[in-house]
Amino acid sequence: MPPCLVDPPPLEVLLQQVANGIVLGSLIGLIALGYTMVYGIIQLINFAHGEIFMVGAYGGLATFTYLLPTFVQQRWYFALPLVLIGGALIAVIVAVLMERFAYRPLRHAPRLAPLITALGVSVFLQEAIRVFYPNATSALPFPSIFVDGGASIPVGGGAITVPWSAVLLIVVALGLGIALQIYVDRSRMGRAMRATSSDPDVARLMGINPNRVIVLTFVLGGALAGVGGVLYGGYLSNINIDIGFQNGIFAFTAAVLGGIGSIKGALIGGLAIGLVKTLGGQCLWGGTQYDYVWIFVLLIVVLVFRPQGIFGETERVRA
Amino acid sequence: MSRKRTVLATAAVMAGALALASCSSGTESGGAAGSCDTSKGTLVIGFVAPLSGNLSALGLGMKNSADLAVKEANDKCSVPGYKLALQPEDDQATPQVGGQAATKLASDPNVVAVIGTLNSSVSQTVQPILAGKKIVQISPANTSPPLTKGADFATAPKRPFPTYFRTAATDDLQGPFAADYLVKKAGKKNIAVIDDGKTYGAGLAAEFVKQAQKDGATIVAQEKVGEKDTDFAGVIAKIKPSNPDAVYYGGEYPAAGPLSKQLAGAGLAIPLMGGDGIVDSKFVELGGREGDLATNVGPDATKLDSAKAFLDAYNAAKYPEPYSAYGALTYDAANAIIKALAATVASGGWSDAQRDKLIENTGKTDFQGSTGPVKFDEYGDTTNKLLTVYKVESGKFAAVETGTFEKS
Repeated sequence: MPPCLVDPPPLEVLLQQVANGIVLGSLIGLIALGYTMVYGIIQLINFAHGEIFMVGAYGGLATFTYLLPTFVQQRWYFALPLVLIGGALIAVIVAVLMERFAYRPLRHAPRLAPLITALGVSVFLQEAIRVFYPNATSALPFPSIFVDGGASIPVGGGAITVPWSAVLLIVVALGLGIALQIYVDRSRMGRAMRATSSDPDVARLMGINPNRVIVLTFVLGGALAGVGGVLYGGYLSNINIDIGFQNGIFAFTAAVLGGIGSIKGALIGGLAIGLVKTLGGQCLWGGTQYDYVWIFVLLIVVLVFRPQGIFGETERVRA
Repeated sequence: MSRKRTVLATAAVMAGALALASCSSGTESGGAAGSCDTSKGTLVIGFVAPLSGNLSALGLGMKNSADLAVKEANDKCSVPGYKLALQPEDDQATPQVGGQAATKLASDPNVVAVIGTLNSSVSQTVQPILAGKKIVQISPANTSPPLTKGADFATAPKRPFPTYFRTAATDDLQGPFAADYLVKKAGKKNIAVIDDGKTYGAGLAAEFVKQAQKDGATIVAQEKVGEKDTDFAGVIAKIKPSNPDAVYYGGEYPAAGPLSKQLAGAGLAIPLMGGDGIVDSKFVELGGREGDLATNVGPDATKLDSAKAFLDAYNAAKYPEPYSAYGALTYDAANAIIKALAATVASGGWSDAQRDKLIENTGKTDFQGSTGPVKFDEYGDTTNKLLTVYKVESGKFAAVETGTFEKS
């Protein structure tokens, strides 16, 4: 019997863990969008995408520390948009350079080559930040870029507390996810993306420039990851060079879980992972020490019964 | 995959560490070495600690302190006929990387002794490698009891490696010392205990729990987190309903700082207490709050007359990093090696056959160091069992009281 059934925790604790799970899940979902889009277009698992998230966090920190005057730093309504733009911009630049110099030359190479390259890019970005960002050898404090304190909702004998910075993270992640879905469904460029995804050669015959579509995919993924990095820093108030790898693995898992290539799958997969981690840590055997285990148990279970993921399409075999 | 990453990272970091090491020695040793007789060659003292990564603040302070001791020995011709050199290696706070560093040092015939490591978990790997080559190892920071007394340290102590010594007091003293303070002096009766599951963190937390319960406190919750975790919302939500009035954390500052901040953010404005692994200015920078507590091994260096010489010399040498939590203990560890080495080479110079003699002489160490008397017992543990409680005041760890743990 799981510990939670033997000795059920109070309702407010369970709801607090649900809230914590949604916060973590939104973040993972935001990163997972980048994995899923790139895979959808060029069938590449971009393992360096987690590092784009990390670079975005450092980009936001650099914007705040080195570019903003004290007057702006102290007012979140000025600082927040600028830091978000700074972080996203740096992340986009790195993502586009990565596509241009690491992946494009390998576009027609066997699939394994870009995959290994992605791992190399991941290590490269981590080490580059470690060596070149001042004092990045250890964790750095991240400034407060949103209202301090949090929402407190009384439930049962206690209250659920969610920091405002976490509320911001949830709202922005879900908002961007929905906006992305609409963009891909409705816009001209979105149609080009879908066309390239379903058949790049025919898309080219229809006058679509696949390079433009691919660069756009990296720009969108990079921007989302950069925004995620900045919001993550604001929420947890410190960042280190390992955050990209760790959250990247979760995001990759979320993308696979939700069905890689599917935008809503990435968000739902992220939320599922967030909830399984916090509720598993609360309720299942081993407590918080084993909460990572349940994430991958979930992944295995889903892949056994539905290998294409929750919203994934069955793999097409290309000629 | 993780191995691949580590290897690449090691290569990059090694290059960095070597570059650092070479520029520091270039500016420091200067002319003084010339005045000593160094005709018999150079003897190398190895050094293993995290010089990069999250725990590098502690490791770099240790490296500089060891460097200071070696430099002074060269200036004073402490080891007649030989020049001493410090060879720092980065272990990234990881047993596997530490093992590689130890293997590298052990394969160099000029390495006579090693200072380090910082992490008890890394020493578990390093100990047998160095012991196999009869290389003396003195750690200024390992606090896990089994390193000197074996797995049954409480009931049937047995020294596993005759080459291993340490200048740090152990967690079976530090944990209870912290418990006595938190329960009896600070009056906390409902304590939640969290640790990171590593050799040091879990061991320290376990020793704390035993004594806290003896002192009449209730351990209302016990949880574990990952050492690389940054989001502690889950574990905090879990301990919150038990209404703790303090949290004891077994682990190091990269997790402890954010944990303290997130505790307050979740409405638990209670003090967090930890061990020597959180005593660094980085703890406050990463979220440690006013009133948070910590114990550290050794007395407070800034308040000791004996440590004044060390502090003055350290400041005069203008190292880029502060000496941090283990600086004075590292300086004493280095001097213990230098004194034992001087006694060893006094009779017949250095050769491989002298290694047993060096181990024996290290065991006989007895001098007044910067942290007080430096002396080892039959297990290789320091006889100086002083511990200090620190409290965060105005953004800094300030010493509250120094004492020893008395078994009652």
